[in-house]
Amino acid sequence: MQRTILDLWVGAFVVAGIAALVVLALKVGNLSTYNVSETYQLSAYFTNVGGLKPTASVRSAGVLVGRVNSIVLDTDRYEAKVTISVDKRYQFPKDTFANILTSGLLGEQYIGLIPGGDEETLQDGGVFRKTQSAMVLEDLIGKFLFSQADSKE
Amino acid sequence: MSEQALVEIRDVNFSYDRRPVLNGINMSFGKGKVIAVMGGSGCGKTTLFRLIGGALRPTRGEVRIDGKVIHELDDKGLYEMRRKMGVLFQFGALFTDMSVFDNVAFQMREHTDLPEEIIHDLVMMKLHAVGLRGTHQLMPAELSGGMARRVALARTIALDPMLILYDEPFAGLDPISLSVVGQLIRKLNDALGTTSVVVTHDVQESLKIVDYVYFISDGVIRAEGTPDEIRASSDPFVHQFVHGEMDGPLPFHYPTAATYEQDMGVNN
Amino acid sequence: MPLIKSVQGVGHRVVDSIWRLGVAARFLSMTLLQSGMSFRRFHLIVKEMFSSGVMSLIIIGVAGLFVGMVLGLQGFETLKRYGSESALGSLVALSLVRELGPVLAALLFASRAGSAMTAEIGLMKATEQISAMEMMAVSPIARVVAPRFWAGVISMPLLAALFSAMGVFGGYVVGVVMIGVDEGSFWSQMQASVDFRDDIINGVIKSFVFGVAVTVIALFEGFDAPPTAEGVSGATTRTVVESSLAILMLDFILTAFMFRGV
Repeated sequence: MQRTILDLWVGAFVVAGIAALVVLALKVGNLSTYNVSETYQLSAYFTNVGGLKPTASVRSAGVLVGRVNSIVLDTDRYEAKVTISVDKRYQFPKDTFANILTSGLLGEQYIGLIPGGDEETLQDGGVFRKTQSAMVLEDLIGKFLFSQADSKE
Repeated sequence: MSEQALVEIRDVNFSYDRRPVLNGINMSFGKGKVIAVMGGSGCGKTTLFRLIGGALRPTRGEVRIDGKVIHELDDKGLYEMRRKMGVLFQFGALFTDMSVFDNVAFQMREHTDLPEEIIHDLVMMKLHAVGLRGTHQLMPAELSGGMARRVALARTIALDPMLILYDEPFAGLDPISLSVVGQLIRKLNDALGTTSVVVTHDVQESLKIVDYVYFISDGVIRAEGTPDEIRASSDPFVHQFVHGEMDGPLPFHYPTAATYEQDMGVNN
Repeated sequence: MPLIKSVQGVGHRVVDSIWRLGVAARFLSMTLLQSGMSFRRFHLIVKEMFSSGVMSLIIIGVAGLFVGMVLGLQGFETLKRYGSESALGSLVALSLVRELGPVLAALLFASRAGSAMTAEIGLMKATEQISAMEMMAVSPIARVVAPRFWAGVISMPLLAALFSAMGVFGGYVVGVVMIGVDEGSFWSQMQASVDFRDDIINGVIKSFVFGVAVTVIALFEGFDAPPTAEGVSGATTRTVVESSLAILMLDFILTAFMFRGV
């Protein structure tokens, strides 16, 4: 097969295009933070998930440890059941707190894990016993107004 | 005659929509001959040509090549038949995005599995036959009109066809190129043992090289014969055509309902 | 009766467009059916990728860079009001990867490579090269159309990715290097908001669909052009107009499918 300069150019073009895709995937996107095989599943119940979405991050002490898999309404308890996958490298005590937090005032919502002191750790399929729901701005304002009104009386 | 005939055209009628173009044409092209089909512009020459190539279907009648009726062939049969035909288009129709070499090699690469070295030798032979071996690296845009026509001729004979159709091979050529192309058509036909059909209106050049001539006008054959018969013909139509007379059986004026006086508004 | 005439005219044009659409669909299916040769002889595709892909590189790169730089400036101005300049990275990247990359790259591709394809095939037809090929028992769809089609379809996602990457770089240059947004938050906010499957893969799917649309329109217009100078120039104009409209309409449809809710 004869090689021509044209082939070289087209080859360079394909390499550049694929390189651009890889850059987009790794540098711009979150592909580098996916860790498909090395995770285990945990779930938590919340009375209100607020604006939490699937693929939202799960952090402990500010470090990314996993991602939200799915959010469904559990009709037995009428609470939101949130399933998360956590990196196998990280183990958490049974009495770990799962909170829905917001990064900054208008930022994305994520799940923050605050470890307790239990000796035993949560295994695959485990459930967080202690959770705190998302703070909803309207509720906060409502509470604030009521407390103002109470203190005036 | 019909024993050796490669192409038989029997009672062919053809009309575009309802406009008749050809009306009961009978022709027979013998093997190894060069035949000219002549006529004024728009007489149906090109239509005849497309009928032979299988690009059009006759409204009535049939075209037989090598014993097979062209319009009854399926796609595969038609493609097989076309592989045995070469067509030289009016202005050569060289592929403008390929070099001269690739143009001539085109059919060899498409239709055969020949190794590149053999293709190279074959292409050089074909180009040598038309005297343009030195141009193989050029692009078609770098050739003069006459050279392009010769390269197209080399491409046409690439697979040694049994029938070559020439569509106006002399159109727009200077006298020298014209004579060169004319000689090549004759020489290649005899060397390759093919049959050539030249559709043209260049009477003088074609009378020099062909074996038989058909004159078409208004969709019918008005005259036919060998070049000598044609030259000696007293038929007013042939006479007008051969000698390029301005008025005759083919009128100079386009037919019109109104007289000249009426159109000019002259009252008489 | 000018009213009846104009209604008739409209009806005629509608029927005519539907007719052409049908012919174009048949053209596409013939191209797909006769694509075998292009893949057996891949150099045919490579040759066309040079003229459609490589030759579009500079315009795509430069346009991407400037679009990214404009996004950096405008985004910074807007985000500053809410005190969230650090979100500049995600704004630039999301708008490029989801929309501007595929759409603008496809629009540029249509006017750079699509019009050239139409003109080339129209001229091949006008100079009887297409007829010559048919008479040589070579299918022009397989030999001329299919390689160009696949070259366009392969080139388009690569060009869109290059456009987006250059745009992100342009946004980085303006935002981080010139204005001074914090580099760390620029990239980390970007990574946190751009999802590989939802954003990047969907962007690639979009540009693939645009690639199919633009090349089919360009090739069909060329193949369908009347074999005259006016015919070819009219077809070239129609290619640019029709493919631009097709890109924008398809973009809406695809976006509606892809970013439902979530």
